[in-house]
Amino acid sequence: MIAHIYALGDQALTIEWDTTINEIANQQVLYAFQYLQSHPIEGITDLIPAYSSLTVVYHPPLIQKQAIGISAFEWLKQKLTGLLHAPSDDIPATTPIVVPVCYDCSLAPDLAAAAAFAGLTIPELVAIHTGKSYKVYMLGFLPGFAYMASVDKAIQLPRKPNPSESVAPGSVGIAGPQTGIYPLDAPGGWQLIGRTPLKIFDLSLEQPCLFKPGDWVKFEAISLNSFHQFNLA
Amino acid sequence: MSITIIKPGIFSTIQDSGRKGFQHLGINPSGAMDQLAMQVANLLIENKADEALIEFFYPAPVIYFNTSAFIAITGANFCATINDIPVPNHHPIFVPEKATLRFTQKITGHIGYLAVQGGFELNEWMNSYSTNTRAGAGGFEGRAFIKNDELKLKASSVQKNEQSKLQVLPWMADTQSLYQLHALRYLPGQEFSRLSLKAQQFMTNAQFTIQSNSDRMGYRLKGPDLTLKKPLELVSTGVTNGTIQLLPNGQCIVLLADHQTTGGYPRIGHILQADIPTLVQQPPGSVIQLMPVNIETAEKINNRQRQYLQQLKNACTLQLNAYHRH
Repeated sequence: MIAHIYALGDQALTIEWDTTINEIANQQVLYAFQYLQSHPIEGITDLIPAYSSLTVVYHPPLIQKQAIGISAFEWLKQKLTGLLHAPSDDIPATTPIVVPVCYDCSLAPDLAAAAAFAGLTIPELVAIHTGKSYKVYMLGFLPGFAYMASVDKAIQLPRKPNPSESVAPGSVGIAGPQTGIYPLDAPGGWQLIGRTPLKIFDLSLEQPCLFKPGDWVKFEAISLNSFHQFNLA
Repeated sequence: MSITIIKPGIFSTIQDSGRKGFQHLGINPSGAMDQLAMQVANLLIENKADEALIEFFYPAPVIYFNTSAFIAITGANFCATINDIPVPNHHPIFVPEKATLRFTQKITGHIGYLAVQGGFELNEWMNSYSTNTRAGAGGFEGRAFIKNDELKLKASSVQKNEQSKLQVLPWMADTQSLYQLHALRYLPGQEFSRLSLKAQQFMTNAQFTIQSNSDRMGYRLKGPDLTLKKPLELVSTGVTNGTIQLLPNGQCIVLLADHQTTGGYPRIGHILQADIPTLVQQPPGSVIQLMPVNIETAEKINNRQRQYLQQLKNACTLQLNAYHRH
């Protein structure tokens, strides 16, 4: 598809490179995101990178000050047009953040059913989930919730038809090609296959979110005992 | 120098203009639902327009003033009384110490605001005082008020005036022209053209009823089931305050202050920023009308509203200066 820019209401616009989850489009998203972070435009208040689009939220009066004779939207759209051709080269992968995960049925309500669905034993499923690094394509849904991809086809699982009303913080889930960790107690429809003792969202820190867009993450299996010991150390 | 929450009300929180700059981390903006009422309350008492204030629904809180204060109440009309004496919305008011503010009846509107001159003594979280109840952060201890919470006031100019009795200053902010009496205006969204022709036709002059399961995350609209030309699978993209999403059941939701940062439902439109205050002040059960406009019109409408607020600000300053000289 052809990359384009459209208005997302009267105080935001979206630059869209594609409409699927794909690596190339996401590299362009992250390039444009990082470019605008390091080359700020007065009046832009927020950047929301997603799988294949970047939403730019702005304060219209500050943009209008710079736009002579045209609308604020039109001015900003023209200003950002160059980013449609953002390079899709691989941004060098950073050292993955290692996330310890306990894959134990007592902490992972959907683990047994997920393995059965995939036609695998639990250790096989765990080996596949921990077997590669995942890229953080975007954050959303909850503070600090990272959408990571791509999960090996063998363990891609559909969303649950009836979402759980309450998912424990640290729960690791799979939905289609995506994997992610619930940072807070929240309702959720992903299949829960493990749980990390790490705090994904920690209010006591100046930067409360463990992940940011473009990070790489590697899961490492730990025992139930280590899980319980983790926060006592 | 504090106020005490005698009764918390149904969902009373500290809000300001919202938390900006962290949506890439999934941290949503929060903020006052009715940004106009927030600004007017602050302008009436010479606060900066986005000073943090108390937002409340009905049943509203009962608040005890341990100290004298200079306040303004805006937004919904819940029949405010101070020491059982009725006081009007949209006026600056001197409150004596040891006074009790109550709201006795829901008359018009849905969300009220209470601003205190000088503002409240609170800790900022990620550049904002707005309460993010999901994250348990910002505002007053990251949550809605509960009984006996004590909220400290920042240094206020009231002490200079030595107010010992209740006094409603005689001028009021006329906010009528800021709110929309007829249709709420929206910009058609990226998936508007994916609606069936019948649904598109409906959206040129649409009527919806606001449902009772609406909240700070979004107002749910009851209308005819809107259908798409053909099923649509979308990947998550950014959404914003005012985005009208089409849910799988054919009904719509307008995303509001506590909305998630991203979403995967078709975006059939976006309510104008200028008209969101009107929308949020409609209680559940109200019928609203939607009408499409283009981006140029939207920007003009928003600009006019900002100019009006600027005039209001100047007028408030003039009145207060004249009063102080008097």
